[in-house]
Amino acid sequence: MSTDVTLKVWRGDKTGGETVEYHVPQETGMVVLDALHYIQHNEAPDLAVRWNCKAAHCGSCGAEVNGQPKLLCKTRLDDYAGQPVEVRPMQTFPVIKDLVTDVSWNYEVAKKIPMLAPTVPAPFNMQQIDADRVQEFHRCIECFLCQDTCHVLRNHEGQQQYFGPRFMIKIAEFEMHPMDGADRVPLLAQEAGVNMCNVTKCCTEVCPQHIRITDNAIIPLKERVADRYYDPVKILLRRLSGKKDQTAKPNTTVAT
Amino acid sequence: MAHEAYETHDYDIIVIGAGGSGLRAAVEASSVPGVKVAVITKSLLGKAHTVMAEGGVAASFGNLDAPDGWETHFYDTMRSGHFINDYRMVEIFAKEAPDRVLELETWGAVFDRTREGRIMQRPFGAHSFRRLCHIGDHTGLELIRTMQYKALHSGIDVFQEVTMTKLLVKNGRVAGAFGYFREDGRFVLFRARAVVLATGGWGKIFKVTSNSWESTGDGAALAFRAGAKLKDMEMVQFHPTGMVWPPGVRGILVTEGVRGEGGLLYNSEGERFMQKYDPERMELSSRDVVARSIFKEVQAGRGTPHGGAWLDISHKGPEYVKAKLPGMYEQFLTLADLDITRERFEVAPTCHYTMGGLQVDPETCATNLPGLYAAGEVACGLHGANRLGGNSLSDLLVFGRRAGLGARQYLEGADDFAPVDEAELNAEMDRVLEPFGREGGVNPYKVHERLQEIMTNHAGIMRSGPVLEEGLSKLLALKDEASRMSIQGSRMYNPGWHAVFDVENMLLLCEGIIRSALERKESRGAHWRTDYPDELPEWQTINFVERFDGEKIQIDTEPVLSMPETLAKLFTYGKAPGLVTERGAEA
Repeated sequence: MSTDVTLKVWRGDKTGGETVEYHVPQETGMVVLDALHYIQHNEAPDLAVRWNCKAAHCGSCGAEVNGQPKLLCKTRLDDYAGQPVEVRPMQTFPVIKDLVTDVSWNYEVAKKIPMLAPTVPAPFNMQQIDADRVQEFHRCIECFLCQDTCHVLRNHEGQQQYFGPRFMIKIAEFEMHPMDGADRVPLLAQEAGVNMCNVTKCCTEVCPQHIRITDNAIIPLKERVADRYYDPVKILLRRLSGKKDQTAKPNTTVAT
Repeated sequence: MAHEAYETHDYDIIVIGAGGSGLRAAVEASSVPGVKVAVITKSLLGKAHTVMAEGGVAASFGNLDAPDGWETHFYDTMRSGHFINDYRMVEIFAKEAPDRVLELETWGAVFDRTREGRIMQRPFGAHSFRRLCHIGDHTGLELIRTMQYKALHSGIDVFQEVTMTKLLVKNGRVAGAFGYFREDGRFVLFRARAVVLATGGWGKIFKVTSNSWESTGDGAALAFRAGAKLKDMEMVQFHPTGMVWPPGVRGILVTEGVRGEGGLLYNSEGERFMQKYDPERMELSSRDVVARSIFKEVQAGRGTPHGGAWLDISHKGPEYVKAKLPGMYEQFLTLADLDITRERFEVAPTCHYTMGGLQVDPETCATNLPGLYAAGEVACGLHGANRLGGNSLSDLLVFGRRAGLGARQYLEGADDFAPVDEAELNAEMDRVLEPFGREGGVNPYKVHERLQEIMTNHAGIMRSGPVLEEGLSKLLALKDEASRMSIQGSRMYNPGWHAVFDVENMLLLCEGIIRSALERKESRGAHWRTDYPDELPEWQTINFVERFDGEKIQIDTEPVLSMPETLAKLFTYGKAPGLVTERGAEA
C-alpha cells in the first residue's frame, strides 16, 4: 500500500545549484520534513536543512514548497497529492547550502529595537484584556517566512529601508505593552521604515502562527507615525508653540 | 596532521548553549561592565529546546492559592524527586523562582492574568497548589524570546551554529573550547577564563521523544571526557503524554497543561484508569506515575488502537480549549487531522527529560573541574528521581543566573588565558576530520537509529537487570562499530558530519545511563525495575556518581546530604506545609 512520493529538492550553494529528484516511501500524515529526513538517512546525509523541534514551535525549518513559504514540519505531503513537490530555500536571504539560508540580518535588526521600558516595577497589575492585545504578537516563532514573502525585503535595497513584518510585530509588542514608557515612533518612522509597507498582507497570509501582522500590528503602527508626523492640527500647534519637529523627516520612500 | 589555520576568540566567560539557562547565565555574567561574554550555540539563536516547554514556569506566588509558598514548592519538589535531590538546590530554587519570573515580566514577558490583574497560575501534576505561570501553552517560547532579546541588548557576542568538539583543560583548569562553524566547517578556538555549560539534555537517545534534534548531551559528554563528574544518570523522565498517531509525529509533546486544564485519561474500556494508580491525584499525579500507568494499561491490553491511552479535554468546550491550549489545538488539527475541542485523542509516554547530569555546587553551579560551571538540564541535583512539570523553566532561570554569577566570581581568582597547546589542537582537528577520509564506514544516522533501538528495548520506561546487561553489551558493540563512522560531501553545512559528534556523545552517555541503572537495584521515581519493584529506604541515601578516564566509566556512590531540621520538619505534618493550618501557632 505504500506509495512513493517524488520530491525535487534544490541542492547547491551561493555559486549555484539545481533541483535533484528523490523518491521517498510515503507514510500516513507525513510532512515534507519527514521526507527530507528520509533522504538524509538513506541517500544524501549531507543534505542541508535546518530543523529543531519538528512540532512547529521553533521556526527553524522555513523554506519554499512549490513556491510558497512554509514550515517544512507542518506541511503535509498529502496536501500535494498527485502534484510534484519542489522544495527550495527562502529566496529573500542569501543561500548557504541547499535549504539553509543566511538569516543573520534579522538578528542585526533585532538589536536595533529598544526593549520594554517599564514605567512601574514588577509585579505588574494588568488585566487579561490588556495582555490579549500584545500576546498575539508573542506567538511569533521567528521562522522569518513573513520576511521571506515581504516584497519590500525581496528587493535587495529594501533591507536597508525596512525592518520587515517580523520586527513590526516585535515593535508593536513593546509599543502596545500597557506598562511600556519608551517611544519607538521615531524609529518606526525612520530606520524601521513602517511606511515602506503597502499593506498587501502577504505576511499575514504566510504566518504559520496566524498572527494578523498587517491588521493588528503594522496598520496601528502606521497610525501612530501618521498621528505624530502628519496630523495637521499637531503640526500647527508645534509651529505656534515654537517647538521644532522632534525628529527628522520620516522615511517615505515608496517601494517599487 | 592537519595544520590548518583556525579562528581564535578570547572571552572572560563563554557560555555553551543558548537555551533558557545559557542566556540567563550570559546576561548575569555580563551584568558587570568589562566582563567579556560570548554565547555559543549549535543552532540559531532562539531555537533551543526551551522553546518546546509549553505548560508553564513554576513559582510559588500564591496568586490564586494564597497558602502557597516556597516551603510547599520545596516539599513538592523533594517528594516528587523521591528524596535523592540535593536539598540545598531545591531550597534555593523554591525561594528564588518567583523573583526570576518577575524579572522576565520586567524584560517583556506577558503572562496570562488573573481577574485581579496578577500573573495567572495553573495546576500541574503533583504541585500542591496552582503554581505554573504561563502564557497559553507556549511558555517556553515566551521565556526564550524574552531572554534572547535581553541578551542581544546586554553586549553579549553570539556565535550561532557552532559545534564544540572538545573542552580544553590546562593545569587542572578549564581553558576554553574548540570546535567548528557548521556553515563552512572552519575551525574555531574559544579561549576563556571560565566556561558555563548550558547544553541541555540527551533525550534524543530514544526514538520516541519530545526532544528536538539538539538534545544529544554534548555538554555533558564534553565535560565528562574532560574530567567532570556525572550524577544520577539512570534517571530519565518519560512524559506521560506524547502524540501517537500518525507515525511521523510519534513522541511530540502534548503538554501536561491539557490535564492541568481538566483533561481526563481513559483506557480502551472507557475507564478512568488513574483511579487504580493514584486515586487522590488522578490525572495530576507525578509524571513517573502517570507514564507508568499508561504503559501498564497498554501492556494489559487496554490500550488505544495505536498503543496509548485516550486523553479528552472536549468537555471544556471549544472556546476554553482554544484560549488556554491554542498550540495543542493547532498541532492536532494540522498534524493529525483531529479537533481536540470535539474529540478525544491518543497519547503515550515519550522521552522528555534527563534528570541526571553534571554534579554541581548548589550555590555557584561549579562542577568539580575548576572554571567549569553548569546549569539547566545538563546539570543534576534539583529534580532527583523525577522532575515536576514547570520546574524546568524556573530551574533554567534560577541556576542560569547562579552559574553566570559563579563564573564571574571565579574570574577574580583566575589567571590569564592558558597558553594554546598546538599539538592538542592539531590532533583534535585530525580527529574531527577523520570521518571524511574513511571509506565505506558506517552511516552516523544508522548508528543513531540503532542506539535508539537499544535504549528503547533495554533501558526504557521498564527495566530489569538481565535486559540492561544485554543492552550494555549491544551498546558496547555499537560503540566499537561507531568508531568507523564515515561521511560524504564537503565540510560546508554537512548534517551527516555534525551527526558523527552527536552520536559519539550519546553513545558515551548511554553507557553511563545503563551502568548506573544496573547499580540502582530498586525502583525509584522514573527508574522502574521489574526485578526490584519496590522503593527501598537504604537506596534513598545514595546518589551514583560517575567518572570517565578516557577508557572506562567508574561508578561510585556518594551520600545524599541530609536536610537540616527546619527543612526536615516540613515533611512531618503528613500533608503539604501550605495546607497545615496549625503551623502558625507552632512557629
